[in-house]
Amino acid sequence: MNTIASLKIGQKGIISEESLDIIPLKLLEMGCLPGAEISLIQIAPLKDPLYICVNGSHLAIRKETASKIKITNDNCTNG
Amino acid sequence: MDKKSIQVSLIGNPNTGKTSLFNQLTGLHQKVGNYPGITVDKKQGVCELSSEKEAIITDLPGTYSINPTSVDESIVLRAIQNKTDKNYPDVILVVTDVENLKRNLLLFTQVQDLGIPTILAINMVDQMEKKGISINLPVLEKELQTKIVLISAKKNKGISELKEAINNYSILQSVTNFSSVAKKIDPDYFESLQKIVPTESLYTLWLQLTQQHFAEKKNQNLENFSHDVSKLKKYQHKETIYRYQKINEILKKTYTVDTANATDLRSKLDKIFTHRVFGYLIFFGLLLLIFQSIFDWATVPMDFIDALFADFSEFAKQKLPEGMFTDLLTDGIIPGIGGVVIFIPQIAILFFLIAILEETGYMSRVVFLMDKIMRRFGMSGKSVIPLISGTACAIPAVMATRTISNWKERLITILVTPFTTCAARLPVYAILIAIIIPSKKVFGFLKLQGLALLSLYILGFAAAIIAGYILNKSLNVKSKSFFVIEMPNYQIPSFKNVFLSVLEKTKSFVFDAGKIILAISIVLWFLATNGPSSYANIEKQVTENVVNKNLSKQELEQKIAATKLEKSFIGIAGKTIEPVVKPLGYDWKIGIGLITSFAAREVFVGTLATIYSIQEVDNTTIFVPFKNVKAFFSEKEEEDNSTIRKRMQAEINPVTGKKRFNFATGMSLLVFYAFAMQCMATLAIVKRETQSWKWPLIQLFGMGALAYISALIVYQFLK
Repeated sequence: MNTIASLKIGQKGIISEESLDIIPLKLLEMGCLPGAEISLIQIAPLKDPLYICVNGSHLAIRKETASKIKITNDNCTNG
Repeated sequence: MDKKSIQVSLIGNPNTGKTSLFNQLTGLHQKVGNYPGITVDKKQGVCELSSEKEAIITDLPGTYSINPTSVDESIVLRAIQNKTDKNYPDVILVVTDVENLKRNLLLFTQVQDLGIPTILAINMVDQMEKKGISINLPVLEKELQTKIVLISAKKNKGISELKEAINNYSILQSVTNFSSVAKKIDPDYFESLQKIVPTESLYTLWLQLTQQHFAEKKNQNLENFSHDVSKLKKYQHKETIYRYQKINEILKKTYTVDTANATDLRSKLDKIFTHRVFGYLIFFGLLLLIFQSIFDWATVPMDFIDALFADFSEFAKQKLPEGMFTDLLTDGIIPGIGGVVIFIPQIAILFFLIAILEETGYMSRVVFLMDKIMRRFGMSGKSVIPLISGTACAIPAVMATRTISNWKERLITILVTPFTTCAARLPVYAILIAIIIPSKKVFGFLKLQGLALLSLYILGFAAAIIAGYILNKSLNVKSKSFFVIEMPNYQIPSFKNVFLSVLEKTKSFVFDAGKIILAISIVLWFLATNGPSSYANIEKQVTENVVNKNLSKQELEQKIAATKLEKSFIGIAGKTIEPVVKPLGYDWKIGIGLITSFAAREVFVGTLATIYSIQEVDNTTIFVPFKNVKAFFSEKEEEDNSTIRKRMQAEINPVTGKKRFNFATGMSLLVFYAFAMQCMATLAIVKRETQSWKWPLIQLFGMGALAYISALIVYQFLK
């Protein structure tokens, strides 16, 4: 299954419901919720961290965290 | 008659313009205090509401949630839970950013559930049209059961309405919706929780239960209640989900964004600033600008301050009657204060530039760029700001680590920051370089001396980074928190915010470092001007000894001063440690310099000046070396005529008959000052920030050992 870390720049996905317990509380509170659309804006030059946008929040998280959060592919991946 | 005052707490996410609003409401009527027991600054200000009423506004640190993950954030919870505190809020003002309203409302619903009257301020409404946002205010107010004020803190809009709302806070009802959330999570569980303390609100109990870790006073009644951590965590997750569900429902009815109008400036700038080549180039360019400012621009006001304190000391010496007290004032206190004040220009300029970079949102991009690199050395991207700040002074730098939520990364950053070349090392470096490195050019344009200084800066950074690597491998500190940073929108910095930030940081340097440096300067002055019983007769003895040598009055006075220092407590201490520092190429005079450097490193120069009986530079020695620094980089051949340099250059080692400050000794001293932890003020701040003596002692002895061994190797190798 895909995770945030497997997205390419510009791609979008939906955070899967089963990730609820894996997402750190702080990240949830910052808008990274199951069912929300997440898009990968940029990857840092050394491949880590990742710059994401979810629920209007622009955040940078480490690959380590991103690779634990599962996503389902959005219909409009070409966005 | 005293005014009636209302206690207001200002709460909001970072990057919502909370600070702008605070500055707008309180102007310059601000003060920074401390929360008892902890170290986070407590920013307060007074806002006039009417002729009879004023609001005491407490600006709480920015946070995304009431559940804290860093020291800064834990303050918020403490501030609004302690009902006995004199600043316990009558009303809470939650500041939100219109663009990120959804996320901002999470914090609002948490705060509202505390049962304290709450006003919602939606900031940056001047951006609404540009971003295509529209809000149905009456419905939103009704749904959120609160008073909402639309403001633009930067454009000073809606502020008077906000004051009005604060003034009329008593009409607000306290609303708590937590019981409905609790019912959705686990009704039985929360019912039994409520039963433990029926008089307390359920949400307060829930917070106490989940935050036992941060709570000031533990609620004894909760000790026996279920502490299954994974269950608590799961329920917290559910709580957040339900809160967001409700917010989504409300916003669906009241908040619309027409994305067609949205501008794309952010992504364009992001492409440049986080680019794998340009991103780093821009960052290093900015670093060069910062160093340029410290070396060049800051020297103008420093020159002025130096002269001012020297004149003042001289003036006091002439006007006051001779005696112990005058000596203390002119030789201890005034130069002591001068030694602190002289660094203000460098520190203020550095924090001015950092504040601008932070205000624009650029700093978050630096964190993004540098995180992976810094992680290899046990730190985080957020450690970059403290390390840059460390080139001015380690004290505000150590305090800047508070935003790092991972304790291990924060601790390592605190421990290695003093390796970066702070302003106080500069005078020592400058004078030594001027003595041991010839004023020659290499490759036709680079001055060897400038190159040497640059190498010392790189040495400092390298030491910090290598120490981080070693600490990362060897420290066994558990820390669970993970890394996240918001990438805020780019903004034009507000002059007021930048100005107030510089003021605050400079103040914290002057008072935190200042009082310690001053206290030690006075102690050192006492030890340098007093000695065992025979000390009183020195003047007579010296006069008798040299009676036939035809010395001028001035020479005689210098001779007396030097002998006095030699026989003083400090002179004795210098002689005592001579065997220890001898393998490094130092004599007892340099030993004294090392000891006095514990007040602050730059004192080294002044101490040597006294030992070598240099009269004219008594109080101006701190700055003298800075003129060298400029010469290191300037194209012109400037003749350095400072007495201290000449005198140090002429000093002879009686054993070898050669120069005392030869290349080997000079290099050994440079390396020693690069590594040694010779700053009591920093040690005190590290103790305060880590809440333990363990870490500052590790710093003191670890860095001391490194300095000693490196200096030993350098000297033995070069001599």
